[in-house]
Amino acid sequence: MIRIGVVVFPGSNCEYDAAAAVEDLGATAEFVWHSSNDVARFDGIILPGGFAHGDYLRPGALARFSPVMEAVAEFARGGGAVLGICNGFQVLTEAGLLPGALQKNRGLTFLCQPTTLIVESTNSVLTRSATRGQTLSIPINHFSGAYTCDDTTYEQLQANDQIVLRYQDNPNGSRGDIAGVANEAGNVVGLMPHPERAMSTLLGSADGRVLLEGFVRTRVSAV
Amino acid sequence: MVTSALEPLHRALGLTDGEYEEICTVLGREPNNLELALYGVMWSEHCSYKSSRIHLKRLPTEGAHVLVGPGENAGVIDAGDGIAVAIRIESHNHPSAIEPYQGAATGVGGILRDVFTMGARPLAVMDPLFFGELTDARQRWLVEGVVSGISGYGNSVGVPTIGGELTFDECYASNPLVNVLCAGALPKERLVLGVASGVGNLAVLLGSTTGRDGIGGVSVLASAGFAGDDGAASLDDAKRPSVQVGDPYEEKRLIEACLALLDRGMVVGIQDLGGAGLVCATSETAARGRVGMDVDINAVPLRESGMQPFEIMTSESQERMLAIITPDDWPAVAALCATWEVRASIIGHVVEPNIDDEGNSVGVLRVRDGFDGAILAEVPAASLADEAPLYDRPRLRPANLDGIHADDPTDDEPEGSPNDDLLALLLDPGWVYRQYDSQLFLNTVVGPGRDAALLRLAGPGLPPSSRGIALSTDSNPRWCALDPHAGTALTVAESVANLACVGASAKAVVNCLNFGNPEHPEVMWQLSESIDGMAAACRALDLPVVGGNVSLYNESGGHDIDPTPVVGLLGVVDSLLAPPPGWDWREGDTIVLVGAREASGPQPFPLGASRWATARGRRGGKIPTFDATTFRPTVKFVAGEIAAICAGETSDVTAVHDVSGGGLATALAEMVAATGRGAQVGALSSHGELFSEFPGRFVMATSDPEAFMARAADLPVFVLGTVGGSSLVIGSTINLDVATIASRRQGALESSLAIAG
Repeated sequence: MIRIGVVVFPGSNCEYDAAAAVEDLGATAEFVWHSSNDVARFDGIILPGGFAHGDYLRPGALARFSPVMEAVAEFARGGGAVLGICNGFQVLTEAGLLPGALQKNRGLTFLCQPTTLIVESTNSVLTRSATRGQTLSIPINHFSGAYTCDDTTYEQLQANDQIVLRYQDNPNGSRGDIAGVANEAGNVVGLMPHPERAMSTLLGSADGRVLLEGFVRTRVSAV
Repeated sequence: MVTSALEPLHRALGLTDGEYEEICTVLGREPNNLELALYGVMWSEHCSYKSSRIHLKRLPTEGAHVLVGPGENAGVIDAGDGIAVAIRIESHNHPSAIEPYQGAATGVGGILRDVFTMGARPLAVMDPLFFGELTDARQRWLVEGVVSGISGYGNSVGVPTIGGELTFDECYASNPLVNVLCAGALPKERLVLGVASGVGNLAVLLGSTTGRDGIGGVSVLASAGFAGDDGAASLDDAKRPSVQVGDPYEEKRLIEACLALLDRGMVVGIQDLGGAGLVCATSETAARGRVGMDVDINAVPLRESGMQPFEIMTSESQERMLAIITPDDWPAVAALCATWEVRASIIGHVVEPNIDDEGNSVGVLRVRDGFDGAILAEVPAASLADEAPLYDRPRLRPANLDGIHADDPTDDEPEGSPNDDLLALLLDPGWVYRQYDSQLFLNTVVGPGRDAALLRLAGPGLPPSSRGIALSTDSNPRWCALDPHAGTALTVAESVANLACVGASAKAVVNCLNFGNPEHPEVMWQLSESIDGMAAACRALDLPVVGGNVSLYNESGGHDIDPTPVVGLLGVVDSLLAPPPGWDWREGDTIVLVGAREASGPQPFPLGASRWATARGRRGGKIPTFDATTFRPTVKFVAGEIAAICAGETSDVTAVHDVSGGGLATALAEMVAATGRGAQVGALSSHGELFSEFPGRFVMATSDPEAFMARAADLPVFVLGTVGGSSLVIGSTINLDVATIASRRQGALESSLAIAG
């Protein structure tokens, strides 16, 4: 049985949804409190959405100092699959596990709406079950979701095939329409849209399944 | 200098001379200043319902599925499958008028605490909002502030906002209304009440520190009107310190800690601290448990130094709860709270009640300087919580009402283009609800912007269920201004019709009664009539009222708002396996109007109080009466048709939309805008038939009209036309492109707010 650890910071709020999605795909999910320093027992780690530590200072800026992030970094260095969704993506960039940063949306308002994503790369633990060029309907739900990075980083992201998802119709001003990026090895991925909210047609879309199926599919360093 | 000695303290605290005498009778002596301050907040209109309580008793409150009715922190119904649903509605009108972001934010925080106090996890919030016209810059500031306050607090605290209402009318220009509804769910057996019991048990204050924010919020701010009438400058800047400041991160940790305490059975009773703060929470829990409570004023963690006992007892600092626990559980409670980084302090003890001269036990609230220290205040808890004087204030039907009724726009000769009239009525509130997280917890099947919201009945810690719950909030101040009795009854009916569109049968009502100054006899007449109208409609539709809120003194410069009873309705869908069809009609479908085509009353298509007439500055006329005869079978049929689709059955029904604000023409245009598919509709008889507003009519689309007609044989059904083409054509009166309708509707709010991108 694949075991996924879902990290819970004070202020996280999508942990139940992430766990439900993972369990829907046949894996088990276990909450990991932010003060824990041991995640080695898991096959994959999800940093869920929410407002870790209230998003005080800026999203992810305090969460990167939670003890669990040392363990997550160690897990990632060993090739472990790590996924940051929304606030989790913000935490991964603040922690230096993913390049770039997330700044406030172009329109300076929170946005909760459906978006269409284009799979740009299948070279990641999140997109390995998807097809390049495939479009997916997955909602966003964020205030600070505009991806940004310097020119050098952007060129490296493109050269290394690290841009995994782009928006078809950019909702928030993200550089290069970027919705999700991976690290060079493809085992650490962050995205602003919420694939766990797109698991069933009853709720509007089941397009998130192909992403999370890829994530829970295999064990460590199977990219 | 004129000293305040000229005005007795009780008047400064909002108490009348008669109320002061009543307090002396209760205590058998004169109160000290601290005691007087406690009565000042607890006997305020906001806390005591002293002007409305005798009228509220006329509402029906019973039903086989009602677990908790009015008077508790929230109403609770049995939704089936071992799950109970708690629901509550509140207003945060005056704070939002002064400081829109914090006023709206703390409104959300307060309603969540009311719901998780019952042991329920809050699962959905809805926000009915009322502002003046957006041509006024101050209104645009209020809208942006209120919406961002709801968004900022609600999204962060982790409860989805799944709907609401947005109304613009000049009467709200100086007194906007910000109402908020919350529904939550719990395993039925975990239901808890705000009761203190068990002599020797501990009163533990959880959450935030106590500061000087919000002192007198319920009395100075919520139970008095605004003085000025010129908008911005007059809105009583001196009252700004009475507005509380919210911290959603504190609230999120408080929710998780309290639900964990309840899960582990460590709580004897629990009560939120909202209006009137600590005095309210301690006196209400003690009064309900018929016990006494000793509070040590020094044990309350403070945010600032030098706070006086009356400030500590009446502060409305946010994100605080009072839990009653056994002494044995204290170490475990303290440890659990430490995990969630929630402050927990023992501030009081449950004590034996006193025995009065007649041998009755009387629970006494004692405020002490140290647990064994001097007694600073000593008053019967029930006298604060339940025994405020009740008033039957004078009521008077407004003298000018007959004249207003006579000024009826129904027979006005229509001027100008019906196309332009229709376009002017279209407004998509998407700019508002896109700022709300409407999807958290993976329950939202139908989110904001449709007839009603529909959620899976699921959440962390709940037993499995394939049921759904539906929620709607409705109001129509234009109706209620002309006839508060009929207007309120029609509002209830409108809400029931909205729920039918998502396949739900209505189960329980909560209400938020927003009215003007109750010392104006016309306002009391409106309130009394409105309650009678609600009672009549609820009885006719077998609906219990399980909770409510009364917000009075919504006035500015002597001008009262139009009567604005807001109805919150909770319904259940027995099997939710597939989404309801919504507005999504398809090319070639037959469009039908189901339900009584003509209004009940003398006018078949009244335009009094319609949006069409109001847009022309015509505010008079008559409104229809509510007649359940055709309404009941119609909504039962529609709800049944849609419920079958939700249960996974195949159906020829492809779309349904309730005809409401803006009338039949608006309903059709909204469906055109949502689908991008036009409609060809035969001639309607009059302007009235295009724009008249009365509930109980549904636009439905069917791919098999013969089969549909056979099922609806017992009901009035009128074939309107067919879906198709690139325009909406209604006889020879309306002819508009699909693209024009869609772009006008989508951009209307942004362009009014001047933020079109």
